Amino acid sequence: MSKLKQIGDWLEERLQIGGAIREAASHPVPRKSARWWYVFGSAALTIFGLQVVTGILLALAYDPSASEAGNSLQYLNHGVTLGWFLRAVHGWGSNFMVAVVLIHMCPVFLFGAYKFPRQLTWVLGVFLLLMTLGMAFTGQVLRFDQDAYWGLGIGAPITGRVPLIGAQAVHMLLGGPIIAGATLSRLFTLHVFLIPGLLIGFVSLHLLLVLKLGINEWPMPGRVVRRSTYEKEYNELLQKDGVPFVPGAIWKDMVFSDGIIVAIMACAAYFGPFGPSGYPDPTIVQTIPKPDFFFLWLDAMLALLPPEMETASLLIGPVVVIGFLILLPFLSGEGEKNWRRRPIAVVTLLLVVVSLATFTKLATYSPWSPIMDAWSGDPLPVAFLNRRTPLQRQGALVFQGKQCRNCHAMGGSGGRRGPALDSVATTLTTDHLVRQVIQGGGNMPAYGKNLNPAEVTALVSFLETLHPPNRPPARDASQAAIQQQEKPPPAANR
Amino acid sequence: MSEPPEIAKDTSSGAELSRRALFTKIGLLLNGLAVAVLAMPILGYLVSPILRSDRGQYKRWITLGGLDEFPEGQTRLATFQNPISIGSDGDTSHIPCWVRRIHGEQFQVFAINCAHLGCPVRWFPQSGLFMCPCHGGVYYQDGSRASGPPPRGLFEYQYKVEDGKLMIEAGQLPTLSTTASLAARSRGCQS
Repeated sequence: MSKLKQIGDWLEERLQIGGAIREAASHPVPRKSARWWYVFGSAALTIFGLQVVTGILLALAYDPSASEAGNSLQYLNHGVTLGWFLRAVHGWGSNFMVAVVLIHMCPVFLFGAYKFPRQLTWVLGVFLLLMTLGMAFTGQVLRFDQDAYWGLGIGAPITGRVPLIGAQAVHMLLGGPIIAGATLSRLFTLHVFLIPGLLIGFVSLHLLLVLKLGINEWPMPGRVVRRSTYEKEYNELLQKDGVPFVPGAIWKDMVFSDGIIVAIMACAAYFGPFGPSGYPDPTIVQTIPKPDFFFLWLDAMLALLPPEMETASLLIGPVVVIGFLILLPFLSGEGEKNWRRRPIAVVTLLLVVVSLATFTKLATYSPWSPIMDAWSGDPLPVAFLNRRTPLQRQGALVFQGKQCRNCHAMGGSGGRRGPALDSVATTLTTDHLVRQVIQGGGNMPAYGKNLNPAEVTALVSFLETLHPPNRPPARDASQAAIQQQEKPPPAANR
Repeated sequence: MSEPPEIAKDTSSGAELSRRALFTKIGLLLNGLAVAVLAMPILGYLVSPILRSDRGQYKRWITLGGLDEFPEGQTRLATFQNPISIGSDGDTSHIPCWVRRIHGEQFQVFAINCAHLGCPVRWFPQSGLFMCPCHGGVYYQDGSRASGPPPRGLFEYQYKVEDGKLMIEAGQLPTLSTTASLAARSRGCQS
């Protein structure tokens, strides 16, 4: 024991950091801030540490070359002892990190922690969020499987929409004319050197500011932040009702961080590593690219934005959002911190959370995409074919054979790009159906060139049968009247 | 620990330049020059993808195969080795494209990438449509936009027929801005 103390003293005599560490550890925090709400930042830091460690370990076996990356992942999964588990921990750690960083932002925003004097802490936090997302995206690319390839395939056209310098930006992103070895090399550099280096620097500054400026006090309605008096009030609060961070508050951070690590390991052990999903060979066109979970909302927005708004939204949207996040503490650096007195803040947060959740949910089953094999994989339910004439059944064959099913569901299966057609005859008359099939419109391609008249007749006669037994098919009243007129009166006929 | 000895301060007034301050400034200037000189090659190295593109190194004529591989009136998937490629590219150097032989030596060669966000479009001969699995873009057999979010029709490669072989000018990923090697085409936009 005394030997240990001797070594410690010897080191301290030279380093002289013991005091600083003790001071940092025992810095006072308001007693009411030692709450479970305040544990997310330290959890994010813990996961970051975990990612650094597992990342370095994975780099022992990973080969960042386009031709070998996939093989090295297979080797990690199957050849290296517990390689699969480390891959899984790193992958799940990434998901948890994004989640925890996003969750961390919510109380910080709701408790007004970004207000004076902690504006810079918030701004650094915004950069940390962007870097975390950057790590998530580049990490997904390092898998260099099919999804990674087409993920880049999506990233490049988005970049290509930048006016004037679009082409140059695409070539810079890809490191050449096309997604290839050079692309992986530069994203590897980003993921392993550049962004982590920046992250370490920014995290350090972020932490330093938390120590220097103190943790945000628990917001009380009516306790208003003023530049002139805030620091005095905060110091009085610390004196009156402060506890040292160690041991007053740290145990909650530790318990939560431990819980997160356990959760990551549990997910990793149960669900296993992500991918690789297939060779990054673009000639395999039978693929349905899907981004990782935290970019699903973006996928949904890209599908749902009206085409004429898309480029503008893609280029201006991020600028507006990031700009708003950075400017927020300067626009509202003072005033109320409590969420009960900040209805707009609460509504904004709810709106963002609900929108992101909705878009993410939608993107998990992407109703905007045709289901590429519905025409050959989902047979028409028998109910639609019972007691039909040969012509109508021929129409059903046309319906199936011409891939209508890829976009139109019948009996609950098939694509959802277009409306389900189970009861289309109740809303469209025969003429409507013919017109719609031949000319398309309303986001449907025109089939006029690809169906001969006989096929159209058969198809429409099948579609006309699609109505519930108790509801008659739609009927064109004026057309019926004309037909009535054109019919020679029965008397003259005789 | 004893207090560190007081370092001799520069006591000269602001107006006159002391010898020490002058040397500091000269030192800074030299450092700045060195950084600027070093920055030039670094910058050149970094923007190499742009410079190579400007020199037209991103497109080359390559052959897709004999004409008899593409029956008239049909659209078929053809694959080629990307001409702009290095050894470590692996699978990514195999590039697919859709070849439509209208008749005789009249072709259309479409890029695999959807004009919306680059996903691989699939050809359905039964309905004569290209469909994209990502965001629902659909194109007619001539590559023009049929429905969905794409802002234009499919990208097309320039082609020529030489010695009974179909050749295209290929090399770079087609996007809305990098279509240099692709035939200018905006049929989808106008419709």
